[in-house]
Amino acid sequence: MATYQEFIQQNEDRDGVRFSWNLWPSSRLEATRLVVPVSCLFTPLKERLDLPPVQYEPVLCGRATCRAVLNPLCQVDFRAKIWACNFCFQRNPFPPTYAGISDVNQPAELMPQFSTIEYIVQRGPPTPLIFLYVVDICLEEEDLQALKESLQMSLSLLPPNALVGLITFGRMVQVHELSCEGIAKSYVFRGTKDLSAKQIQEMLGLIKPTVAGPQGHPVAPQDAHTSCRFLQPVQKVDMNLTDLLGELQRDPWPVAQGKRPLRSTGIALSIAVGLLEGTFPNTGARVMLFTGGPPTQGPGMVVGDELKTPIRSWHDIQKDNARHLKKATKYYEALANRAAVNGHCIDIYACSLDQTGLLEMKCCSNLTGGHIVMGDSFNTSLFKQTFQRVFSKDFNNEFRMAFGATMEVKTSRELKVSGAIGPCVSLNSKGPCVSENEMGIGGTSQWKICGMNPSTTLALYFEVVNQHNAPIPQGGRGAIQFVTQYQHSNTQRRIRVTTIARNWADAQSQIQHIEASFDQEASAVLMARLGVFRAESEEGPDVLRWLDRQLIRLFMFHLRRSPFLQVFNNSPDESSYYRHHFIRQDLTQSLIMVQPILYSYSFYGPPEPVLLDSSSILADRILLMDTFFQLVIYHGETIAQWRKAGYQDMPEYENFKQLLHAPLDDAQEILQTRFPMPRYIDTEHGGSQARFLLSKVNPSQTHNNLYAWGQESGAPILTDDVSLQVFMDHLKKLAVSSAA
Amino acid sequence: MNMNQQRHMASLYGQLQPGYQGYPQPAYATQYAPYNGPTSGYQQGTLSSGYSPHTTFPSKAPAPDANSDLSCPSLLDQGSVCPPPTLGAPASAYTQYPQGRLQNGHPAMSTEPQRPPISQLYVPGTQLAYQQPQYSAPSTSAQQLTNRLSGMQIGSAAPPLSGSSYVNQHCVPSPSHPPASAVFTSSVTPTFSQTSSPNASLTHGPPENYSGALPLVQRSLSSSSSSSQPPVSGTALPSLRPPVSGTALPSSRPPVSATALPSSRPPVSVTAPPSAQALFSTDAPLPSTVPPLFEGPIPLIHSSYPIRLSPGPQAQVPSSPPVPQAAFGSVHPPPSQSPLPVSLVQQRFSATQPSSFPPPPPPSTGYLPHTGTVARIPSMQVPPQLPQQPMLGPPLSQANHIPPPPPAPLGISGIMPGSQPVPGQGSPMQPAQHGYQSHQNGAFGQMKGPQPGYPGSYPGQENFSGPPSAPAPPPSKRLDPDSIPSPIQVIEDDKANRSSEPFSTGVRGQVPPLVTTSFQVKDQGNASPRYIRCTAYNVPCTADMAKQTQVPLAAMIKPLAELPPDEAPPYIVDHGEGGPIRCNRCKAYMCPYMQFMDGGQRFQCAFCSCVTEVPSHYFQHLDHTGKRVDCYERPELSLGTYEFCASVEYCKNSKPPQPPAYVFLIDVSYSSVKSGLVSIICKELKTLLDNLPRETVEGESKIRVGFVTYNKVLHFYNVKSVLAQPQMLVVSDVADMFVPLLDGFLVRVAESRTVIHSLLDQIPAMFADTQETETVFGPVIQAGLEALKAADCAGKLFIFHSSLPMATGPGKLKNREDRKLIGTDKEKSLFQPQVSFYGNLAKECVAQGCCVDLFLFPNQYVDVATLGVVPYFTGGSLYKYTYFQPAADQECFLQDLRRDMRKHMGFDAVMRVRTSTGIRATDFFGSFYMSNTTDIELAGLDCDKTITVEFRHDDKLNEDSGALIQCAVLYTSCSGQRRLRVHNLAINCCAQLADLYRNCETDALINYFAKYAYRSILSNPTKVVRDSLINQCAQILACYRKNCASPSSAGQLILPECMKLLPVYLNCVLKSDVLYPGADVSLDERAYLRQLISCMDVAESHVFFYPRLLPLQKLDLEGENLPVAMRDSEERLSKGVVYLLENGLQLFIWVGASIQQELLLSIFGTTAFGQIDPNLTVLPLLDTSYSRRLRRMIESIRAQRSRYMKLMVVKQEDRMELIFRHFLVEDKSNNGGLSYVDFLCHMHKEIRQLLS
Repeated sequence: MATYQEFIQQNEDRDGVRFSWNLWPSSRLEATRLVVPVSCLFTPLKERLDLPPVQYEPVLCGRATCRAVLNPLCQVDFRAKIWACNFCFQRNPFPPTYAGISDVNQPAELMPQFSTIEYIVQRGPPTPLIFLYVVDICLEEEDLQALKESLQMSLSLLPPNALVGLITFGRMVQVHELSCEGIAKSYVFRGTKDLSAKQIQEMLGLIKPTVAGPQGHPVAPQDAHTSCRFLQPVQKVDMNLTDLLGELQRDPWPVAQGKRPLRSTGIALSIAVGLLEGTFPNTGARVMLFTGGPPTQGPGMVVGDELKTPIRSWHDIQKDNARHLKKATKYYEALANRAAVNGHCIDIYACSLDQTGLLEMKCCSNLTGGHIVMGDSFNTSLFKQTFQRVFSKDFNNEFRMAFGATMEVKTSRELKVSGAIGPCVSLNSKGPCVSENEMGIGGTSQWKICGMNPSTTLALYFEVVNQHNAPIPQGGRGAIQFVTQYQHSNTQRRIRVTTIARNWADAQSQIQHIEASFDQEASAVLMARLGVFRAESEEGPDVLRWLDRQLIRLFMFHLRRSPFLQVFNNSPDESSYYRHHFIRQDLTQSLIMVQPILYSYSFYGPPEPVLLDSSSILADRILLMDTFFQLVIYHGETIAQWRKAGYQDMPEYENFKQLLHAPLDDAQEILQTRFPMPRYIDTEHGGSQARFLLSKVNPSQTHNNLYAWGQESGAPILTDDVSLQVFMDHLKKLAVSSAA
Repeated sequence: MNMNQQRHMASLYGQLQPGYQGYPQPAYATQYAPYNGPTSGYQQGTLSSGYSPHTTFPSKAPAPDANSDLSCPSLLDQGSVCPPPTLGAPASAYTQYPQGRLQNGHPAMSTEPQRPPISQLYVPGTQLAYQQPQYSAPSTSAQQLTNRLSGMQIGSAAPPLSGSSYVNQHCVPSPSHPPASAVFTSSVTPTFSQTSSPNASLTHGPPENYSGALPLVQRSLSSSSSSSQPPVSGTALPSLRPPVSGTALPSSRPPVSATALPSSRPPVSVTAPPSAQALFSTDAPLPSTVPPLFEGPIPLIHSSYPIRLSPGPQAQVPSSPPVPQAAFGSVHPPPSQSPLPVSLVQQRFSATQPSSFPPPPPPSTGYLPHTGTVARIPSMQVPPQLPQQPMLGPPLSQANHIPPPPPAPLGISGIMPGSQPVPGQGSPMQPAQHGYQSHQNGAFGQMKGPQPGYPGSYPGQENFSGPPSAPAPPPSKRLDPDSIPSPIQVIEDDKANRSSEPFSTGVRGQVPPLVTTSFQVKDQGNASPRYIRCTAYNVPCTADMAKQTQVPLAAMIKPLAELPPDEAPPYIVDHGEGGPIRCNRCKAYMCPYMQFMDGGQRFQCAFCSCVTEVPSHYFQHLDHTGKRVDCYERPELSLGTYEFCASVEYCKNSKPPQPPAYVFLIDVSYSSVKSGLVSIICKELKTLLDNLPRETVEGESKIRVGFVTYNKVLHFYNVKSVLAQPQMLVVSDVADMFVPLLDGFLVRVAESRTVIHSLLDQIPAMFADTQETETVFGPVIQAGLEALKAADCAGKLFIFHSSLPMATGPGKLKNREDRKLIGTDKEKSLFQPQVSFYGNLAKECVAQGCCVDLFLFPNQYVDVATLGVVPYFTGGSLYKYTYFQPAADQECFLQDLRRDMRKHMGFDAVMRVRTSTGIRATDFFGSFYMSNTTDIELAGLDCDKTITVEFRHDDKLNEDSGALIQCAVLYTSCSGQRRLRVHNLAINCCAQLADLYRNCETDALINYFAKYAYRSILSNPTKVVRDSLINQCAQILACYRKNCASPSSAGQLILPECMKLLPVYLNCVLKSDVLYPGADVSLDERAYLRQLISCMDVAESHVFFYPRLLPLQKLDLEGENLPVAMRDSEERLSKGVVYLLENGLQLFIWVGASIQQELLLSIFGTTAFGQIDPNLTVLPLLDTSYSRRLRRMIESIRAQRSRYMKLMVVKQEDRMELIFRHFLVEDKSNNGGLSYVDFLCHMHKEIRQLLS
C-alpha cells in the first residue's frame, strides 16, 4: 500500500516515529492477539533541517497529573482564548502572552506541520559542557602514543568554553590538576579502594572534611575555582593539557612476566563519576573512558592479573565459571546509575585485541547514553575516525550531542506505556499513563537519557487498555505525546515535543485495515530489541526459545543468526558491543544489523543488491557487504586473479579499474557517515578475512548439499547451520501444525 | 682501692706537686711499667697492689688507727673525718640533721648548745688528731692524698683543702696567733665540727651539711681529725702529720704554709684545740658565716681551696686570700675573746645551722663567724652576687651578721629556723656552697626538704670540717667542694698519663684510657675502645659475686664508630662463596681466639668449645706454638675488629641487596612554610644531594633519592630524568597509604639533577600561600616505607616535621600534655607512646630496613614520646629545634642535617652479641628493635649509634680463660654491599672483688645507669627510679667498702679509685631533666633527651651529664691545646672571665659582668658589657688572634660531637643565666636537685646504712 508507505515515511521524517501498527486495535484483547504489541521506534532528536526552535516556553495543561503540552491536536477556542487538552480534556486558558491568538494568527505549536516542535527555554545560567577524559596508561607505547595524539587532536574539536578534565589510570588513578604552572600536579588514588563521592571530593580538596573549619566560609558556595582545578575551560588550558598529554608516560609500575598490567578501571570510573557528581551535578558531562585492556584490580575487576587465567568466555559464563562477572557488573551498574542520576554519560573506547570487559562495563554506556567503541588498537583509523566523529557537527555547526535528557511519554486514556528499550534509565515517574505490564524498562512514564545524538532511537512499547466492551467511537484517535527536555550542545536547555495520533480500529471489522497498517520493518526491529533486551537479562537458550515461539509468526531468520542473540563465535565483549548499538540505532541501521546488505558489482550491469546467500558469492563479482559493524569488500576468485595480474593498471582495462573502484567508493560513503566507524575489510576469495562474509550469508550451499545444488554458482559454506531453505521448510511445517 | 688509683695518683702528683712526684714516681713508675705492660693485666694488678701497699697501704696500715683512715681513706676521707667524731656524733648528727630536726636535732640543739663545750672539747681533741693524721695523710702520701682525694672525694680532697685553707689561714693569722691560728684552723674547726656534730651538729648540721657538707667532710677530716684524733691518737697525729702536712702543703699550697701548717698544727691540735678552736670558731665562724658569706668571707676559703687544688680558682685566690686572712686575723682575735663553749656553739650554729643560727651567734660570735664566712664567701660568692662588695662586704656583712647573731643564741636559734634562719642560712649556705646566697638558701631548703636526715648527719661533719677548713670555724660548715673527688682532676690525670702512648689492645682486661683522653689505639686482637667499652674489664667469676657487687656488667658497643684518621679502618676479609668461616655450633665467626688443632685441620671455638673442621681452602699449617703460620696475614686471626664480605646467604631473600635509597619528606604546612623552614631545606638539599655517602671517594653515590612533601595529604614527586618538569602526585587517601609511582620517584641524583633542582626551586613557591595547618605523620612514614618496599631496597627517611599530627589519618594524635601528671605514678604514661600504631609501624619499617630520621621543629607540644617511636626502633636519629628561628637555628639544623646525611651508615642491619660460656647478653639498650631475645635489628645503624648490652652470669667463669665477647653486625653498605663487621673483646675474670673494682670504668657505668634509668621511667615513677639508682650505687660502694677497703671506721666514706666519681656523675644523672624535671622543662624535651641518651656512647653521655666548662681568659693562641676544664660549679666562675660550657648538645659562652674590656673587644668587638648581644649565635669574625683562636676552638669542640651545638652567649646576671646555671651540675639545681656535696653526703649515709 503505497499510501501507508508514504504515510510511514512521512511520519518518520517529521516526527522520527515508526509504529509497528499504524492503526490501533481498539481493545486490549485484540491487541494481545496481534502478538506484536503496539509499539514504536522513536528518535527524539531526529535532525530536522526545517525545524527552527521557537524561543519561548511551551504551554502546559493545567492539570497536575497531565501537564501535556499544547499541540496541533488540541481543540482551541480562539475567541475564549481557551484550549482543551487532548489527553485529559482539561480546558485551559491561554497564557497572557497568547492574547493575540486567532484563527489566522496561530502559534507554531498549533500548526499541523509542527507536530514536532522544539522550544528553547531559559532557566538559570548556561552550564558549559564537560568532557572528562579517563585514560588508561597501561598501553603499549605505540598505542599510547596514538591515543595521546587523538586526545590532543580532540582538544581542538571541543567547544572553547567546554570544561575538560583528565584522569589517567594504571595501577594507580591520577586526577590531574590542569591549572598549575610549572610542576604538573595530580592527585593519586589507589586502584583498589572504592571511595564515596564525598571522600573523593574531600581528598581532592574540593570540600572541607566534616564541617567547615572555624575560619571557613560555609561550604555551600562551591565556587568554580575549586572545581576548576580539575575541570578547566579548554581555551584556558589547552596548552597545558597538550603538554600534559604529551608527557604522559606508560604506567611506571613494572609488569612481571606472565602478568597483565594492573589496571584500575573501576576506580578510575568511580573517581570520574564522583568528581562530576560533586562538582557538576545535573550538568551535561561526558566521561570518556579509553581503555586498552580489562580491569585487573580493585572493584570492577574483570580478570586477575595472571595471564594464565584467561578472561571469561561465554563458555565460562554459561558454566558459571566467571568469578568476577557478577560483582563487576553490579559495581558498574551502580556507577552507571549514579552517573545517570546526575545526567552524566559515560563513553567507553576500548581498543584491544583481547576482551576489555565490555560485558561488565557496558551498562555504563547503556544506562547513560554513552558510546561504546570497540577496536583492536588506538592506532587504527577505526578508533581515530570514530573518536573524531564523536565531535562531529551538524549543519548548524553544533555538536551532534545532547545531554541530560529526560523523555516523558503521555498517552490518551485508552493507551498506556509499558516500557522503553534504549540507552536510558527509568525515572520512576508513576502516572496515569503507566502500564503495569512492563516491557523493557517500564513502570514509568519518564526516562533519563544522559547522552543523545540525533540518531539515538528508543523503542517504546504500549498497551491498549481499552476494554472490549467499551467501544471507541468511530473516528476516534489515540494520541501519544513525547516531551524531551535536554541540554543542547550549545548549552541551551531545550524541549522537543512530538505529538502523534493514530486511529482506532475494530479488529473484528477492520482486520484488513490493521494488517495493512503493519510496518514490518519497524516490527522486526522492535521485536528484535525485545529479544536483545531479554537476552541481556536472561539465559540465552530461554530467549531463543521465546523468540522461536514468536518467530513462528515472524520470519526472522537472520535475527536468529545474528550476534545479538547468538553468542557463538563471539566473545562476551563483542556481544555486548553489538547489542549496545542495536538498542540505540535507528530503524535503518538496525535493519542492516539484523540483515546485512550485500551489493554485487560486475561487468554485467550496475551494482545490485543481492541475496545474502552463498549463492551470491561468484567468481566474477565483487561483493560489498555492510553489516553495520563491518564493511567487507570481497573480490571473487577471477576478479582477484585479475587484480593480482595487474590488469587494472593497464590502460586498456580501464573498465576493470573502475569496477574495482566502485565498491571502494561506495564503502567510503558509508564509512563517512557511520558511527561508530565500521571495521573495513578488503578481502578476496580464499582470503582469511573472507570469513566475515561467509559467516553472514545464508548457507544455502554447504558441504552437505554442495553437489545437489549444481556447480556453476555460489560458494559452499562449511557449516552445519541450517540454511534459510531448511529453516523455511521447518517453519512451514510448524505453522501448519500449530495452526495459529 | 689503691690499685686503681695508681695512674691517677701518679698523674696527680706529677702534675700537682712537683715535690711530690719524687715520691710517687718511683712507685708510679713501677706501677706504670707494669701497667703499660702489654703482656698482662695481671701484672698491673700486682704492681698496682704492690704499689698501693706502698702508698696507700702503708697509709692504711696506720689508718686503722686514726692515720690510716686518713691516709688511705683519704678516699674515705669523709668517712675518716667523720668517723671519730662522726661516728658517734656525726652519725647522730646526720641523723639529727635530716631527721635531727625532727628528732634530736632541735632538742639536741637546745640542749647541746650548753653541752657543746664538753663535747666539743672532747671532740676537737679527737678530731684534731684526726685531722692531723689526715693532713699528714695527705702530706705523707700526697699522692695518696690526691688519689684518695680524688678517689675518696671528700676525704681526700677535703684534707688538703682544709689543710691548705688552714695553712693559708694559719699563715696569715699565725703571725698574730700562731698557736691560735693553728689551733684555729685545725682545732677550731674540728671542735666546731665535732661539737657541732655532736651537739650543734644536730641543729646546725642540717643546713650546713648541705652547703658545707662536702667541705665539712673535708674539714671534718682535717678538723675532725684534729679534734678527734688528739685524744685517740695523739701519737699518730704527730707522726703522720709531719709528713702529711709537709707534703700536703706543698702539694696544695706549697708556698703559703707548708711549713706553717705542720708547725702550727701540731701546736694547735695538741695545745689548745679546744680553746683556740672555740675561740676561733666563735669569732670567725659567726662573722664569716653570716654577712661575709655573701660577699667576701667565703671567698677566702674557697679561694684557698681553689688555689690549692685547681688552677681555675687561682685568680680568685690571690685577691681573696688576703682578705680572708685579714678577716681571720681580725676575726680570730675576737674568737679567742669569747668563751670557748659559747663561741663554739655559736659558731656551730652559725656555720651549721645558718638558719637557726643567725640568732644564736649572738653579736660577738656572730661577728666573728661572719667575718670568717665572709672570707670564704668572697671567693665563691663574689662573682655572682656582690661584685664590688667583697672587700667591703666583710665588714658590712659582719655588721649585718652581727645583728642577727646577737639575737640568735645558739642552738635555740638553730632550732628556730623561723625568723632568724634566713640570715643564718644565708650565711652558712653561701659560704658552704658557692657563695651563692640563693643557692645556699635554696640548697638549704632543699637540703632540709629532700634529704633532711642525711644532710643533718653530714652537717655535723661538715660543720666540723667547715670551720676548720675555713680559716675559721664559722665558714666551714660544709664539705669543701675542692676536697671531694674532682672529675677534672681525674680527667686531667688520665690525659697526662695515658695520652702519650698508644693503647694496645693485645692484653686481656685492660682498662682503656678515659673517653676524655685522646689516645691512639693499636688493634692487637681486641676491639678498640672506640668500638666497645665495658663497665668492668674484670668480670667476677661467679654470679654470686656479681650479685654481691651490684656492679652491672655491660658493654657499650658502637659498631660503626668513626676512627681518627691515624687509625686504619677495619680490614675487609673475603672468605669466598662459602661465606665467613664460623663455628658449627654457636656460629661464632672466625676470630683470634679460635684454637687451631690437629695441625690446622680443625679449630675449637673459643665461645662454645665446639670443634669444627677447617674448610680446605682455609687450611694453613700451624707453627710450633700452635698458631697458624698465616696468623698475622689474616685480620680475622690477629685483629679485634674486621669485616667479612657476606655471601648471598646473608642477604634478604637470598639475593644481593639493592643500593639503599634516601627519601626526603618535608612538612609544608603553614607553620613550616612560614618559619622559612621549607625554603631552607630545599635550598640546602640542592647542595647536599651531591654529598651522599659513597663507598669510595671517587664516583657517584649509588644511593637513590626521592622527595615527598606533605601537610594533611602527601605530595610525591616524579623526578624522572626524561621529564622537563617534575610532576607532583598528591595522595589524599592517607588512611590507606600507598606509593603512587615507582619509576621516577627514586632516582639517581646524577641522572635527574636538573629535574630535582627544578623541583627544589619550586617547592617553596608552590606552598608559599598555603593555609593548611593540619598535618599527618603516620602516613608519612608509611609512604616512605611503601616506597622502599616497592623499590625493594633498604634506606632512610628524612622527615622534617613541625607539629602535632592532628589531621585525620592513621597515627593521629591528640594533645595529652598534662603537667599535673608529673611527679605522680602516672608520669610514666607521658613517656609511653600515645597510640600503638607507631610501634607496629616501626616493626614494618625494621622488616624492610627503613630507617627513619626525624627532624622536629615544634612550636608547641608535639608528643615527641610518640613521634619518636619509629626513629627509635629503626635506629634513626631524632633532632628537635624548638621554636625554630631561621636566623638563630638555621646553622645548627643545617649542620646536623649535613652530618646526618653524609655520615657513614649501614642499612638493614642485624647485630648479634655472642659470649663465651658463663656469661650471656641479657639486656640491650639503644635504638633498635628486637623480635627475639638475641638479634638486634637495626633498620639503620650509623656511626654515632651505640648499643649498650648487659651481661649476666649463667655459669661460673674461669679465671684463666677469661670471658669473650664477639659482636657481629651484618649490614648493607651505602653502595649496596652486604658486610659483616665483627668486634671481639676478651676480658678478665676475677675471683677477687678488688680486681673488679680496680678495673672498671665509671663513665661506662654512668652510661649504663642512665640508659637503664631512662628506660625504667617507662614503667616506674621517676622517684622510684632515682631511688633504685641511688640504692644500687650505694650497694656497689658499700660492697667495696665491706669487702675491699681496709677496715676503718664506719663513718668514713671510702670510694674505690675507679669509682670515685660515681657519686658526682650519678648525681648528674639523677638531676637530669628526664629524671628530675624542673618546672621549665617540657615533656617533649624530656622525651627527646630520653631518646637521645638511649643511644649515646660513653663520651657523649659523659659530657652530657658532666658538661665541660672551659675558662677562656688564657688561650693557647698558637697551639691547639684546650684550656684545662673546670668543675661545673658557679662558685668557680669569676666575674672577670669568660667561660665556655658544652654538653654535647649546647654550647654556652658565659661572660662575667666585670670582664676586661680588652677581652670583650677581642671576643665580641665591643667595649661594653652591656653591648653584648645576648642573641648572638655566632661570634663576630674579628681579626684578632684571640678571636680566631676562640672560634677555632669552638669549631674543634663542635667537631668532636655528633650534633652541632648552637652557641648561646650568656651574660652574667642576665635572664639567660638561669639556663646556663642548669648545667653547673655540681651546684644545687633550682628545682631541688642536690649539689655534689650534698649528694655525696647522702650517698655516704646510704652506704652507712647498708653497712650497718
